[in-house]
Amino acid sequence: MALDNKNNEFKVIGSTPNRPDGLDKVTGRARFGADISVPGMLHGAVVRSPHAHAKIVKIDASKALAMKGVKAVITRADFPEGLEGEDWNLQENAMAGEKALYDGHAVAAVAATSPLAARDAAKLIEVEYEVLLHVTDVDEAMKDGAPAIREGAADYSVPEGLHPNVVRFFDTGMGDLDKGFAEADLVVERSYTTEAAHQGYIEPHACLGQMGADGRGELWCCTQGHWFIRRMSTAVLGVETTNIRVTPSEIGGGFGGKTTITIEPLSLALSRKAGGAPVKMVMNRGEVLRATGPTSSASMDIKMGMTKDGKITAAHGTFRMQGGAFPGAPVDVTTMLAFANYTIENVHHIGYDVITNRPKQAAYRAPGAPMAAFAVESTVDEMCRTLGLDPIETRLKNASRDGTRSTFGPKFGPVGLVESLEAARDHANYKMPLGPNQGRGVASGYWMNWGGETSASVAMSEDGTVTVSVGTPDIGGSRASMALMAAEAFGIAYENVRVNISDTGALGVNEPTHGSRATYASGLATIKAAEECITKMCKRAADKWGIDADAVIWEDGSAKPSGPNAGEFDPLSIGEICAEMGETGGPISGHYEGSPTGFSGSFGTHVVDVEIDPETGHTTVLRYLVVQDAGKAIHPAYVEGQFQGGAAQGIGWALNEEYIYGEDGRLQNPVFLDYRIPVASDLPMIDTVIVEVPNPGHPYGVRGVGETGITPPLPALANAIADATGLRMRGLPMTPPKILAALKAQKNG
Amino acid sequence: MSKVHVTTTVNGDQAEFLCEPRETLLDCLRDKLHLTGSKEGCGTGDCGACSVTVDDRLVCSCLMLGVEAEGKEIKTIEGMADGENLRPLQAKFIEHAALQCGVCTPGILVASEALLKKNPDPTEEELRYWLAGNLCRCTGYDKIIRAVMDAAAEMRETS
Amino acid sequence: MRFHSPASFEDAANIAASATGVTRFLAGGTDVLVQLRADIVEPDDLIDVKQIAGVKDITRRSDGGWDLGVAVAGAEMTEHAALMADWPGLVEGMGLIGSTQVQGRATLVGNLCNASPAGDASPGMMAAGVTVTVTGPNGTREVAVEDVPTAPGRTSLEKGEVVSAVHIPARGANGGDAYLRFIPRTEMDIAVVGCGVNLRLDGDIVTEARVALGAVAPTARLVQDAADAIIGTTLDDAALDALAAAAEAACMPIDDKRGTIEFRTDVAGVLAKRAAKIAYARAKGDTK
Repeated sequence: MALDNKNNEFKVIGSTPNRPDGLDKVTGRARFGADISVPGMLHGAVVRSPHAHAKIVKIDASKALAMKGVKAVITRADFPEGLEGEDWNLQENAMAGEKALYDGHAVAAVAATSPLAARDAAKLIEVEYEVLLHVTDVDEAMKDGAPAIREGAADYSVPEGLHPNVVRFFDTGMGDLDKGFAEADLVVERSYTTEAAHQGYIEPHACLGQMGADGRGELWCCTQGHWFIRRMSTAVLGVETTNIRVTPSEIGGGFGGKTTITIEPLSLALSRKAGGAPVKMVMNRGEVLRATGPTSSASMDIKMGMTKDGKITAAHGTFRMQGGAFPGAPVDVTTMLAFANYTIENVHHIGYDVITNRPKQAAYRAPGAPMAAFAVESTVDEMCRTLGLDPIETRLKNASRDGTRSTFGPKFGPVGLVESLEAARDHANYKMPLGPNQGRGVASGYWMNWGGETSASVAMSEDGTVTVSVGTPDIGGSRASMALMAAEAFGIAYENVRVNISDTGALGVNEPTHGSRATYASGLATIKAAEECITKMCKRAADKWGIDADAVIWEDGSAKPSGPNAGEFDPLSIGEICAEMGETGGPISGHYEGSPTGFSGSFGTHVVDVEIDPETGHTTVLRYLVVQDAGKAIHPAYVEGQFQGGAAQGIGWALNEEYIYGEDGRLQNPVFLDYRIPVASDLPMIDTVIVEVPNPGHPYGVRGVGETGITPPLPALANAIADATGLRMRGLPMTPPKILAALKAQKNG
Repeated sequence: MSKVHVTTTVNGDQAEFLCEPRETLLDCLRDKLHLTGSKEGCGTGDCGACSVTVDDRLVCSCLMLGVEAEGKEIKTIEGMADGENLRPLQAKFIEHAALQCGVCTPGILVASEALLKKNPDPTEEELRYWLAGNLCRCTGYDKIIRAVMDAAAEMRETS
Repeated sequence: MRFHSPASFEDAANIAASATGVTRFLAGGTDVLVQLRADIVEPDDLIDVKQIAGVKDITRRSDGGWDLGVAVAGAEMTEHAALMADWPGLVEGMGLIGSTQVQGRATLVGNLCNASPAGDASPGMMAAGVTVTVTGPNGTREVAVEDVPTAPGRTSLEKGEVVSAVHIPARGANGGDAYLRFIPRTEMDIAVVGCGVNLRLDGDIVTEARVALGAVAPTARLVQDAADAIIGTTLDDAALDALAAAAEAACMPIDDKRGTIEFRTDVAGVLAKRAAKIAYARAKGDTK
């Protein structure tokens, strides 16, 4: 039967074949969200609030409706009332009700016969606003006197006496902090801030929705998870979930930002109002930056104690995070993972989820983890410097490992932090000599990974080739990984597997490609479904040979008799069995559905060298190393790609990316010119080491690898800058003006 | 609004379309000629996903009007491969796993091809600066740079 | 929006002069199209000058100077070895604007007339002493580039006037120029500070100098005090410090999303020194 992680003699796992969708993607044929058109299609455009916080007094669409080619205008009045909880949040975010809650908040939408007509018509929709006081900063939003964005948004967890903008409160911990700090030789207490960063996928959101008066319809869109889009869109529109079939296009990046809805329900509502004509909607970059979720910004206080030989004795963290105008800042995850790298007996986390006049945050790669990592790993680095300790040896001394209790409660199973630290320590990059104004930084990071609802099918074709149907969109080569796992399970060639990303009509509910779950969960489902096919094929062979199915084994793509009483038969190949399946019992397929719980987290350690221009404060990244535990790398090239991409995003967040709001509460940089993501000339090659500590909860040992990589760069860069300059930067991004000002202050004592 | 009739050459074939003067070349390629390989990532010349060549000059098709295409020779990603034969760059991108989501890939291929035509032996630094206007959010550029350098080496050997 | 492609600058000027709404000239379009896309400006009349004869020409005059057509793109300047050899700083300033793709279209005149305080081409042109021919309904006039921008987004050109040619002085002996800018990344940003320096030597002594700063005032501007700080010196440390101080003193920047007043002022001095050193080395024959 299939191999497991006790017998790692893989045949195709670990190889790096060409991805199945490669040809489409290098020839321009792959169809992304905005590439889909259908006959009779209309085009939609959205009217967005120019105010951070304003009462919507009146919307007059008469001029737009009088325009030739305009087929429908919708406002919140076209959506059902009475939604509650997150459904109401989603509806309110998709289309403002009584108030516009942030710059860019949708207030109306229009469908017309061409993209330009829709844009022109949107400009003719007159919205009268009564501007209200706004707040965009998390610390400001918690202060007395800050405008309350929505009274009553707080849940049961919030203690009395806090500002109504505090909507959720977290308080977790264990041990005895006083005792822990008393045992320390050094106690450090520091405050940190991080700014909101956008996922920055290159493909803006796009969709094509069609819905009739009966509430039935179709939605094509770029998304990380089309079942999520279906559930959310139908909830917002008040129609039955099954009535909308959602088909995912190729997706031009998501990083968490495409796990939720934005324009999708608008296209469906416009379609319904326009008599069922399909309505295509494509965001522009400004809309993406103004109105789709960046991650949260954070304000944090860290207190840690360490003995002079480097043992962490106690840790306390307070995390204040804003996630826009709705509850949902990932402060739960932030508090959970803040100190996860370390075994600490006495630990305490406090978290505040705060609403502000900013767009509703969306998940962004390891949501919640990088902010805390910046604060905690910077503090640990500072303590190591103060005590004259090596940052890697100190981390090894305290590292979470198999059997240690995590700072969030459960015990770890086999995990790869120690291995990643050792590999980083032994890597050539850690030994490279540094020149003047250069410095080296180290930091580790963690993501706990996820399983989630998973449904997949594997169907045999008549020639013995295989179709795998999964529900997790392929964002970074996962079709190749699924095909490799199926090929491994069947003992057939990689090329003999075709992987489809199925629509919502073809499989049970699937969670999105998020949480670093696709290769783990859809992979596990693929293997289990393949095993079901193999069991069925063994039965067909047994029937043919007239022996017990138990006496047939599957090896190298063939059924073979096995055991003393099985008899002597030539093996039946997968091709031979499938060629006859019509006569031997009909089609053969396998299926898996479940919410697998055997996921296991991935630790990583990054080492970065920088050079600081002492006259301008400019940071140059000289070299970069990512070491991370993949459990088992199914397609190592795409595993490396995840490491490198996470590092690059983290570097951007650390150095230059930020949401800049003016005094008026408007976003000042909703354009790639000023929302500065790393360009090719900003980065060096990003070296990688894949550590493999197999995950016992996956048949082949897989751990998700997508998210951990964005976590260490924030503190690693800060630590490198500290090494180069002696400056401890505690606010992100660490821009040249901030570094130069700090250098001047340092010089002036 | 009155439309303008434009006659141009796209990937070697004559093409005609009617457009409003304010429509970009990218709009015309995608919506009128149904060549959707060129992507709009920003609409402001900051991301390079819409890269095409016009009379062999690399440009952002979002920063050029459709009416300006009159009489020009446009090349897009759809015209890069020779029938079923991929250009070395295209093959190397697949081989090196130089794409994850793939939405920036057409623009990066068109831009890289333009560089190698001008400079068959670029340094890594020259390549990185040449591609600075082609944003990729997935890869950290590492494998893209390796793929282009490898393709350049192969093209030098075979030329 | 009406689209015009006149065959002469006189026709272009007449179209613009008789237009009643918002008028824009289109050469490379890398600013016009961005403004159009962002709904900042939708012209009623857009006048494409690229069908006019000579607009793509780069010509060396008999006096050794250069005449450039208004639609010559940055990439065409960078690829012109003789022009690059004469005026590396001016050409580099142009070459820093936007991406490779933007370089395929963007022009000196577009950068000048867009009149952004942070335009990368303008300080280099001002330092070099570039002039432009302006064609209007009543004929032509010559204007020094430093007299073109008057405020962010505003120029001294009258209604109906259009820049019809660019004139770069002869390089002459023992001269060198350089342009440096500061940006947070390595590419693709708008200058936070820019500085162009053009100088001439007699032996080791600087005999002529022009220094222009960008992004530190409402327009890119020449800074006479900065030039005076190095004229008559060998660009020794004292001269460089005086240059930096003069450059800093000339700054009237703003705090914005790209930089602070303090940062811009400090870095203006730093870049002035660095650019002056490069220009000096070039005047000495260093071809880097």
